[in-house]
Amino acid sequence: MNDKRHVLSILVENEPGVLSRVAGLFSGRGFNIESLNVGPTLDKGVSVMTITTVGDDVIIEQIVKQLRKLVMTIKVVDLTEHKSVEREMVLIKVNAEDSRRAEILRIVDIFRCKVVDVSPDELTVEATGDQGKIKAIINMLTRFGVKEIARTGTVALKRSLQD
Amino acid sequence: MELTGAQILLECLKREGVEVLFGYPGGAVIDIYDELPRHPLKHILVRHEQGAVHAADGFARASGKVGVCLVTSGPGATNAVTGIATAYMDSIPLVAITGQVPTPLIGNDAFQEVDIVGITRPCTKHNYLVKDVRDLALTIRRAFYLARSGRPGPVLVDLPKDVLQTRTPFIWPDDEAIKMRSYNPTSKPNKRQLQKVAELVKNAKQPVFYAGGGVVSANASDDLTWLARRLHMPVTATLMGLGCFPADDPLWLGMLGMHGTYAANRAIQDSDLIIAAGARFDDRVTGKIAEFAPKAKLVHIDIDPTSIQKNVLVHVPIVADVKHALADLRSIIEHEMTDFDFVSVHEPWVKHTLEWELEHPIKYVPAKRGEPVKPQYVVEKIYELTKGEAIIATEVGQNQMWTAQFFGFQRPRTFLSSGGLGTMGYGFPAAIGAQMAFPDKLVIDIAGDGSIQMNIQELATAVCYNLPVKIVILNNGYLGMVRQWQELFYKKNYCATCMDAQPDFVKLAEAYGAAGFRVTRTRDVEKVLKEAFATPKPVIVDVRVAPEENVYPMVPAGKSLGEMLLV
Repeated sequence: MNDKRHVLSILVENEPGVLSRVAGLFSGRGFNIESLNVGPTLDKGVSVMTITTVGDDVIIEQIVKQLRKLVMTIKVVDLTEHKSVEREMVLIKVNAEDSRRAEILRIVDIFRCKVVDVSPDELTVEATGDQGKIKAIINMLTRFGVKEIARTGTVALKRSLQD
Repeated sequence: MELTGAQILLECLKREGVEVLFGYPGGAVIDIYDELPRHPLKHILVRHEQGAVHAADGFARASGKVGVCLVTSGPGATNAVTGIATAYMDSIPLVAITGQVPTPLIGNDAFQEVDIVGITRPCTKHNYLVKDVRDLALTIRRAFYLARSGRPGPVLVDLPKDVLQTRTPFIWPDDEAIKMRSYNPTSKPNKRQLQKVAELVKNAKQPVFYAGGGVVSANASDDLTWLARRLHMPVTATLMGLGCFPADDPLWLGMLGMHGTYAANRAIQDSDLIIAAGARFDDRVTGKIAEFAPKAKLVHIDIDPTSIQKNVLVHVPIVADVKHALADLRSIIEHEMTDFDFVSVHEPWVKHTLEWELEHPIKYVPAKRGEPVKPQYVVEKIYELTKGEAIIATEVGQNQMWTAQFFGFQRPRTFLSSGGLGTMGYGFPAAIGAQMAFPDKLVIDIAGDGSIQMNIQELATAVCYNLPVKIVILNNGYLGMVRQWQELFYKKNYCATCMDAQPDFVKLAEAYGAAGFRVTRTRDVEKVLKEAFATPKPVIVDVRVAPEENVYPMVPAGKSLGEMLLV
């Protein structure tokens, strides 16, 4: 099995039940969703979903076809086949006693993240980046004691210039 | 002109060409029933909502039109789910209308409320909850458009009671309005791919047509038959494809798969080219997938791209309406290959398949004097007496397989059976639907004693509307197919498959106002069937058959088509 991570960008009609239809398709057919992100586009009637999933080529082909088959799906693009930009945002609430606060802030600075909330013994850090960067910052902060974490899942767009 | 939602619904159904509606009333849909007498629609009151959906499904399969059923909210809707899933698995065009509690109560766990749109999402082609009466006409039109176009399927429309009561100006949406940017099924085939197919057939020595239900639903039987004869190619079909090629043609191999013929399965395993049309390489057909048709190049024609490359790797995929694809292929053969002598190239192969048919025909050991009736004999007799001129519905199990094996289907839309979902209780209500579509035809449900009891209440419906459906019960006192598996693979542990307490089916028929016959001796089968077929009302024929008769040939689950158990 050549399982690979795939990022699918799905344009759907902005109607009630679309999210559950797409998510239900994955669960009902035994496909796995790693992350799912949905939001409106400039056209109010259309939403874009970004789904990351893992599978070999045959499974991914089947997923893409099944998604296209849904009556409310306008377009499905497997961004893995193109050059694309990927971003994810994460909020990390980390223990920050006085003695370690400076070190945390230095890491935040190196990663070009932002501190968005402060309390006497906690910092909440906002980080944006590709999967690698998000993984790295979480790793770096874990040793201070991460109390809570919230991730958006990947959003992605095809790059304008393709070879 | 201002109309209520209920009036708009009925007006839309009329304009969609709906003639008959199978339904069951309830509080949520009472406004529709209140309007019904003022409309030309014929309403058939069933006795259970599952019966309504199966009847609409049988009507659709027999007639090729969209079947329509109407049920109330909550339990009415959930009772319909099995029927909807049945239609979904077999790609049957169906519009199911369900009532819903008033919009202000939705989500409040109101009386008889259920999220039927949520429940049926995985088993409908699409479904709608209409929250505004102004969307109603467009939704109904789209529902019919979706049900019958592309890969057909069931569409559910959920209608809250207040939407049915609210008035709004009625505007009939035109064809332009029903189009959706997100729904554009491909129906025309790629011509270059078809050229490739024509070349492949020319070079093939051992080609086979493998036809499925798509050939029936696309009305492509004539083109398939023409092509098979012109290309001199043997034809096999799935259960759903039976009738798409005449069973008395020498090129007919019979059904393939788990209970398929020796000739069909051998032909598939030995073929060098398979043209699959409107079939989906179901596991009941392929057997062990890794060993399916090892030498063959595969051409797959299907309107649904998800069916292609799902189970097997295909060499030439063709996404198209089977009708268009076969008609275009026919045109290529007709105009560009006029001189090619397919007969002499393929004749050795065809002869070979005929030898297989003679070697191991579909057969059974006839009953000796004093032995119980053989179920296969009953099916053979039904075929003989009707000369194939009947619409045959079946339940699910041994009765279904014996019918598939021993009734020589000549024409499409004459065999109604739950193929994909395998729904026991399907056949009888489906037969009622078919009889509504064709009041003058002989419609027979071949049943088992187990499955007939799943929707036996519809006898009241058949009697009420004087639908002279014949039910022939192959009564072996067992859930026969499961018992067969227990015998062969579970050391005869007949756990929970013996139907000990049975009703007296003859008395039961009479209690409902139908006619009942019982047959216990082989020599009476013909006489009783004749009498039953001549009786102008619903009939049950309870035939006591050999209890431990098995369906053969059989490919055990997980084995390849080459590993058949013969009689």
